[in-house]
Amino acid sequence: MPNKNNDNNLNGKISRRDIIKGISTIPLLGVFAYDYWKQRAKYKVKNKVVNFNLGLDNEKVASLPSNKKSSGQLVRIGIIGTGNRGKALLKAAGFANVNWYNETARNNPSSLDKYHNQELLNIEVIAVCDVFDYHAEQGIELASNGMQPNGEQVNNKVKRYRRYQDLLANKNIDAVIIATPDFHHAHMTIDAINAGKHVYCEKTMTLTEDELHEVYKTVKKSNLVFQLGHQLSKSETYKKAREIVSKNILGKVTLIETTTNRNSVSGAWYRHLDSNGKPKRGSAETIDWKQWLGTTPKIPFSLDRYYGWARYFDYDTGLAGQLLSHEADGVNQIMGFGIPKSVVSSGGIYFYDKKTRDMPDTFQVTLEYPDRDFTMLYSATLANSRSRGRVFMGSDASMEVGSNLKVIANSDSLQYKTQIKNGLISTSEPFYTYPQKQINLDGISSATERYYAERGLTDTKVNGKSIDITHLHIKEWVDVIRNGGITGCNIDIAFDDTVAVLMAHKSYVEKRRVEWNPIKRKII
Amino acid sequence: MKTILYSRMQTAVLLLLRLVIGYHFLYEGIDKLLSPNWSSAPFLLQSNWIFSDFFNYLASSPSTLVVINILNIWGQIFIGISLIVGLYSSIAALFGAVLIFSYYIAIPPFVESYTFIDKNLFELFGFLIITIFPTSNLIGLDFLLEKYRNLKNAKQK
Repeated sequence: MPNKNNDNNLNGKISRRDIIKGISTIPLLGVFAYDYWKQRAKYKVKNKVVNFNLGLDNEKVASLPSNKKSSGQLVRIGIIGTGNRGKALLKAAGFANVNWYNETARNNPSSLDKYHNQELLNIEVIAVCDVFDYHAEQGIELASNGMQPNGEQVNNKVKRYRRYQDLLANKNIDAVIIATPDFHHAHMTIDAINAGKHVYCEKTMTLTEDELHEVYKTVKKSNLVFQLGHQLSKSETYKKAREIVSKNILGKVTLIETTTNRNSVSGAWYRHLDSNGKPKRGSAETIDWKQWLGTTPKIPFSLDRYYGWARYFDYDTGLAGQLLSHEADGVNQIMGFGIPKSVVSSGGIYFYDKKTRDMPDTFQVTLEYPDRDFTMLYSATLANSRSRGRVFMGSDASMEVGSNLKVIANSDSLQYKTQIKNGLISTSEPFYTYPQKQINLDGISSATERYYAERGLTDTKVNGKSIDITHLHIKEWVDVIRNGGITGCNIDIAFDDTVAVLMAHKSYVEKRRVEWNPIKRKII
Repeated sequence: MKTILYSRMQTAVLLLLRLVIGYHFLYEGIDKLLSPNWSSAPFLLQSNWIFSDFFNYLASSPSTLVVINILNIWGQIFIGISLIVGLYSSIAALFGAVLIFSYYIAIPPFVESYTFIDKNLFELFGFLIITIFPTSNLIGLDFLLEKYRNLKNAKQK
């Protein structure tokens, strides 16, 4: 088809006008090159400045345990207490409920990944002890026929014990997991160690100072492995937080604020009714009430006390034992602070019926560490669910630690003064987050765009594989039993955590400031 | 190819579309090339629709990943240059459309959002417009190439 171009061809040569039309867009490549290098130089400066200051580049993604079976000798375990926490520990040890597993595999298979990522620990649970028949049967079911992380069912004989002393007398048992109410932890740990068993004990370790010293002494003089159930030390976020503090990225940290906000009946430990308001299972016939009460005051059977023991000071140390203990441990894992010099607690029962509980529903604690130049605050309410987070306040930046971690620069920071002035660090948004949020990449977005979008720097969890930290905590205990070493929450760390909890509780009960005497190793 | 006659305004807008998309692709390609740690793996692993198995498979083997990375980087660079200088722009734009389409079906917006529209979809149609309404035969190296061929043919006659 003839057109203008073809008409031009009749001239028999390419005109200057043609050449201009042909090459007129090529200079855009030059514009591109200039623009690109300009952008790149800016990005490089920004990246270099922040990475240099943080010293956190080339970060490794957490390694997952291999899915192989742990080698070495089989460890035979007995579990004392198979209520909710006991069953959760069994799952973390690789004994999951078969019905749960099959149902999840059918309805939401990808949510099983977390379980499949667990390592086979090469352990057998050969004995279960619980004062409640129903819980004991559930525990036996998991230990004898539970589903393992490799998708194979266990096939084991498990013996039920009604008294934990009889379980401890079983010579075939190497180690015990204690997941009973808090007021049984101390004497069970002491008896287990004296019977030559390694111990994994749920927090809180003891209710009194005397018990604490006795547990400490007993564990110390044995060669057995002790692990307190503070699994936070296995969280990658906490490890990263510790690194951030030790690299002085926050400047001098003088104030740490930790909080609990809950607003549910169950969260306030009223737990004897099910979701339909009907009483849960359990009666004087199916629960060995005398044994459950132990050395506490003799009272008639109470389903409320059986499920809601944490509300009563006869059985627990209130919010200090239940929740401050986690916060104290978390802060201890990050700062490594040890025992506070002094503690003041206050609060009261302001929301719930005072007759139904000893445990306060509003609770504030101030823990002082003058030798380390900082204060830790703990503030809790059981009647409001606003999330207040856990914040480490330094002279250069604040760090918020939760399931993830954020670092936000102070506008008055000296360390980041230049970067803030140049706009390289924003004071209204985090300049470091961990793990990096999985943003929805659209395939063509470049590294630069991601950088600006996230301000999160270099460590993306590529596979995003997750794993139950309680599994890692139990695995560490089993590994140390088998190969030697030190557990993350060994008796020394457990001692420090427990002292902080007991100080906070004592201060609340006695309505006064308490101090730690490091020479007498006593709360005064 | 059949030549289409455009008004000046139509030519100008189509040309700008070609240059803008070319610029974007060249930028993304060069940026990946110069980022030492860039890999398509995170993107492939995030694939969340019915083809996720296929995309995950591509990321699972280091050797296929290398090939995918090279194809992706140099594909974006060549398509970008081709669109800017106007050389084989129509065919390059068609490849561009195919590439974007693969990004789109790997992580389509409707899986985690209320809409099926995202910037990939816009760019996909941009490429289709460039393929169907070419301008490189009016402004660009394709124009010179065509001219040169016609001259050669005319001489041979």
